[in-house]
Amino acid sequence: MGLRLWVIRIVVLVTAILGINYVVWRWLASVNWDAWWIAVPLVVAETYSLVDSLLFGLTMWRCRDRGEPPEPEPDLTVDVLIATYNEPIDLVMRTARAAAAIHYPHRTWVLDDGARPEMKAAAEAEGIGWITRSEDWSGKARHAKAGNLNNALLMTDGEFLLILDADQVPLPEILDRTLGYFRDPRMALVQTPQWFENVPADDPLGSQAPLFYGPIQQGKDGWNAAFFCGSNAVIRREALMQLGVSRYAGEVEAGVRRALRTARSVLRRARKDLTGDDQMVRAALDAIEFDLRRAQQELDAGEALMDVTYRFQQRVAAVRREMVAADLTALESDLAAIAELDDLAGDGVGLDLDALDKLSAREYSPLGAVETVQALIEAVDVDLGGEAQPIMPMATISVTEDMATCMRIHGLGWRTAYHDEVLAHGLAPEDLATMLTQRLRWAQGTMQVMLRENPLVQRRLTWPQRLMYFSTMWSYLSGFAAIVYLAAPIVYLTLGILPVQALSTEFFIRLVPFLVVNQLLFFIVADGRPTWRGQQYSLALFPTWIRSVTSAVGNVVFGRSLDFAVTPKTKQESDRRPWHLVRPQLWAIVALVLAAVIGVVRMSTGHANVPGTLFNIVWVGFDLAIFSVIIKAVRYRGFDPAAEQPPSIIRARRGAA
Amino acid sequence: MIEFAVETTPQGIAVVRPQGRLNMAAARRLKEVLDGLVGDGRNRIVVDMEETTFLDSSGLGALIAGLKSARQAGGDLRVARPTEAVRTVFSLTNLDRVLKPRDTVEDAFDD
Repeated sequence: MGLRLWVIRIVVLVTAILGINYVVWRWLASVNWDAWWIAVPLVVAETYSLVDSLLFGLTMWRCRDRGEPPEPEPDLTVDVLIATYNEPIDLVMRTARAAAAIHYPHRTWVLDDGARPEMKAAAEAEGIGWITRSEDWSGKARHAKAGNLNNALLMTDGEFLLILDADQVPLPEILDRTLGYFRDPRMALVQTPQWFENVPADDPLGSQAPLFYGPIQQGKDGWNAAFFCGSNAVIRREALMQLGVSRYAGEVEAGVRRALRTARSVLRRARKDLTGDDQMVRAALDAIEFDLRRAQQELDAGEALMDVTYRFQQRVAAVRREMVAADLTALESDLAAIAELDDLAGDGVGLDLDALDKLSAREYSPLGAVETVQALIEAVDVDLGGEAQPIMPMATISVTEDMATCMRIHGLGWRTAYHDEVLAHGLAPEDLATMLTQRLRWAQGTMQVMLRENPLVQRRLTWPQRLMYFSTMWSYLSGFAAIVYLAAPIVYLTLGILPVQALSTEFFIRLVPFLVVNQLLFFIVADGRPTWRGQQYSLALFPTWIRSVTSAVGNVVFGRSLDFAVTPKTKQESDRRPWHLVRPQLWAIVALVLAAVIGVVRMSTGHANVPGTLFNIVWVGFDLAIFSVIIKAVRYRGFDPAAEQPPSIIRARRGAA
Repeated sequence: MIEFAVETTPQGIAVVRPQGRLNMAAARRLKEVLDGLVGDGRNRIVVDMEETTFLDSSGLGALIAGLKSARQAGGDLRVARPTEAVRTVFSLTNLDRVLKPRDTVEDAFDD
């Protein structure tokens, strides 16, 4: 283990000790309970930041630089998949041509979710494959990019897949530099950085993520938790397909069990409504209920699901034929309910099992009940809730399919690697509106995964893996802390209310060393990569982060739409500066400045003490430095290549990792 | 290259025999063969795996897709005579919970 890692570990330990020491003291001895309405939020926000810092320390503990990659084996089969929806043909073709020119033998495919004839013509004119959704998808949930990839998976057959976004232009050596990792038969995925060529050196929109595509991914890699980030990654098909098949098996089992339970309650209700003289119908319902119970017992005894449901369906069909003669009257109204089963597939998150329960709540004629039971079982065992394909390897539980898919692949025991070398040149959004939409989408997707498949309770992941996934989710909660960090100095400067008991020497002795080592850790880990932009945006985009949490909760818990938008890849033309997009931040800046003025007035008139005011003015200064990036972002007019140095300098440095 | 021998039993059951490695390169052809059978109205299908030397998850995917087509047409798909390698893949993915391989082709549709 290298010297650098030892230094990192020592600083991580010191940061953790000082941080815990500070926050424990804050809770136990320094909260100003008289002003609990600001004191408690502040100490909670500080605790949030401490946990964030501890998770960051854990990530860095095993930071892994893989260095030179192994040589690839010869004669592997590779499909290069370029996912597109509505990006301009020229932009897609630029990527497709570069993909076709990749050195290692492969086939190149444009996955055109827009099914555009002109896209097809452009691709095929240059010998590049064109794939769009198959017939199976008509009328089914499409699942955006995840669905696009799932469709292509069944239309291609290479052992490995290189996934590219339409605006990520690969370098010719991308496969030569990544396929070698798959000499390890348990290696499922190799992620490389996403790096953007249309970003000026000062990166006003915070497009580059030098800390994430670098030390953070390397740290996760050390715990076998390097993430799939949707593009610039090579995946082993077998890992994805194994994931698809085993999820299919799990979902069919859960669905069938649920359907059997629902079926019994449907029958029970139908039987309650029978009049005494319906002996024949009663016997038929009894027979079906007996079969239902038997099916459940067979499942419990470990019989294969398809055998159980097949036998059950055959018997129900027989009973039904007998009943048709007996009861033709009440059928009509029930047919409508049966039709509702088609809607069970619902709005794109797999089978909505709760919808099954709704069916059991309505009234049925006996024959209607039997038909419903039959349709219920069929809906789950054959169609799996009306999905276009029974096998859906790419996760569809989130608008960002990559993280959820990767977590499940880790759950199956596969390995992933992060290779820290820029092997594709991407295009970042060049205007604030697009950038905000993109960040919102990423944050929403991450929150959806957190709410739907919380990594902390995934038993098949190791504890460090769970924490690595959780850490990324946790960092998106920073919007709430940001509000408190804004409010606390404003409250003090304007009202004179201090959320801590006293700004004593003890307070500073505990706080300042923690802040210093925490920044030192960043400094060492970053190793010359810029980190300030990232720190600014993690607080300055607080309205976006908060909205991502509220909209994801609304979506997952209450079934509301996320207002999902595909990130536009071209500049949105507008001459007006988009101040309206950052109104909350502008109000925050105004409030901070006003508070500082009021604080100075109060101090000079003897209404506030000097150290307290000065401390809070420094704090306000820090907040303003953070928020200054918003002004910069609004004033940014897009990328001007003439004003920049060639990006090769950065590339060379990062490539030499 | 893998071969798919197809025959029909006197009971009208179609028997498909993948001979060789049923991997990602062969999966799509298996799916086409199965879809073709269902399209011809032969929706009771046994996939006899005695001569299948290797099976991967893509091959399983093709079996599942075939199962779906057969069932939608009112029939069923059964897997028979798995080799040890095939059994391992079934249990690795838990697919044996869904689809139980049968010991013989003749008895595959006996229940």
